[in-house]
Amino acid sequence: MLRLENVSKNFGGLPALSEVTFTVPKGQLTALIGPNGAGKSTLINCMTGVIEPSSGQIFFQQQQIASLPAYKISRLGISRTFQNLKIFPRLTVLENILTGLTSEGGDSMLMAMLRLPYLRHRERSLKLRALEALDRFGLADKANWPAEVLAYGDKKRVELARATVGKPQLILLDEPVAGLNAEETATVAEQLRLLRSAGHTMLLVEHDMDLVMEIADQVVVLDSGKCIATGTPDEVRCNPLVLEAYLGRMGATA
Amino acid sequence: MTSKQKFLYFIYLHRTGLSVTGLSLALLLFPLIEDNPYTLGLTNLIAINALVVLGLNLFIGYAGQISLGHAAFFGMGAYGSAIATVTLGMPPWLAMVIVAILVALVALLIAVPILRLSGHYLAMATLGLNFVMYTVLLQWDEVTGGPSGFSGIPYLSIGDVQFDDEFRLHYLLWSFVMVSLMLCLNLVRSGVGRGLSAVAGDEVAAQALGVNTRNAKIKVFILSAVLASLAGSLFAHCYSFVSPDSFGIFTSTDMVIMVVVGGMGSIWGSLFGAALITLLPEWVDMFETYKDFVHGGILVLVLMFLPQGLVTGLIDTIKIKLALRRRKNVAS
Repeated sequence: MLRLENVSKNFGGLPALSEVTFTVPKGQLTALIGPNGAGKSTLINCMTGVIEPSSGQIFFQQQQIASLPAYKISRLGISRTFQNLKIFPRLTVLENILTGLTSEGGDSMLMAMLRLPYLRHRERSLKLRALEALDRFGLADKANWPAEVLAYGDKKRVELARATVGKPQLILLDEPVAGLNAEETATVAEQLRLLRSAGHTMLLVEHDMDLVMEIADQVVVLDSGKCIATGTPDEVRCNPLVLEAYLGRMGATA
Repeated sequence: MTSKQKFLYFIYLHRTGLSVTGLSLALLLFPLIEDNPYTLGLTNLIAINALVVLGLNLFIGYAGQISLGHAAFFGMGAYGSAIATVTLGMPPWLAMVIVAILVALVALLIAVPILRLSGHYLAMATLGLNFVMYTVLLQWDEVTGGPSGFSGIPYLSIGDVQFDDEFRLHYLLWSFVMVSLMLCLNLVRSGVGRGLSAVAGDEVAAQALGVNTRNAKIKVFILSAVLASLAGSLFAHCYSFVSPDSFGIFTSTDMVIMVVVGGMGSIWGSLFGAALITLLPEWVDMFETYKDFVHGGILVLVLMFLPQGLVTGLIDTIKIKLALRRRKNVAS
């Protein structure tokens, strides 16, 4: 589904990513882990077109996307959530979800201003889909609340709902459980499992090892901008390189 | 559902259409009740301002940008129509359309470079645009008439009806406002409109949702410029006289104050803001002398206490209070 080949990114002379190569197979949940500063966020930003990689190729369904602008990549079917929430506080919860369907709502400003019947019907069906997504994430009773009054966990779920409502081919999740308590984490994990069984392909960037080891099909480990291991959770757990770079320290402290 | 609930739901579902119909009816009947030409002249001025403010609110309130130079487009429309009809002898309606198209092109040429900027830089760039426009109007005597203005602009007419008194102008101007109002209301309730609110919220997030942020901003800028140009043309034909002083930077800031007072991102608020700021000097005499002070003061107060604007700010505050109360009820 998504294939990275020798992706590198330098900030000034500083290499943030060097020669990262891995694939995200269709229908699976791939986890991307690594210590702080390993380059995970940079990698996500490269994949979504926020920044352009210095060299290397990224293929999404056989199409090179490494130098496309962010909105085109999004329209190809890659959606994402953000590490530090980017929901729109002034819009209602329902409107926030609807922004996830922006590209399906029509492009032409002129047509939007005329609001011909076909657009009216489309708006109605988009609204139904958004309500359905709210239902899936247990937010239906808060549809008309302004998003800013939601509790932190609910905001995270709004973002998750917004990222999935457009039925994307690939979902990039940037630390979906950061800052959540154990109970909320369990809820999100459950929802990720549901998405996974519904056939969604996901790439999960996460620090919560328990969550990663529990739900990932494949784990990719980054350290100092290099991809040091790829494999199933069990393989990665036993990989000496990984233990040294990352889990080793955790093992020593635990 | 009981029939009362059904009725309320019907009103809720069609609230936009019903409000537009209600306002249209009120405007239709207004000149029959109030036939004082002075009052009608004031409401006509509100209509012209409202036309500019509607477009500007899309740009400032919805797309989250800033422009301190929309009087330039207002002026281009007014002087464009004046020159086209008087100097070149074009029919007024045709002139209005051609001028609007030309202004759209100018706006496109300006938008491509300056919309790379944001915040203070964008404010300065648009302010500069207004200064340039004002200087051109003032100095290019042979074409614009210079500081003494441009007079003798013909009235608009449809068939035998000539729009030459306040009563007829009322219907002409408010028709323009109501059509623009409906177009704007449609726009903000569409996918394109939600894309714009996303741009205002966070550009990176908007791009991740598939919004071509650069094009979206340029398109809204052009749309607002065209509305300002139309308002300018109407202004010229309405008063049959234009002078550079109507299109200086203080006009631009007044327009922004109307947007801010009415409420950012509120189409209905635009009408309220335009009406309030246009009428204020009539209600309080000292405004005449200290107009700019008072406008500045209003701007500062609104931005300090209700940064989203008076109407939007109040509505938002109420919505949040209600939601918080409901949240507490759910919790308990």
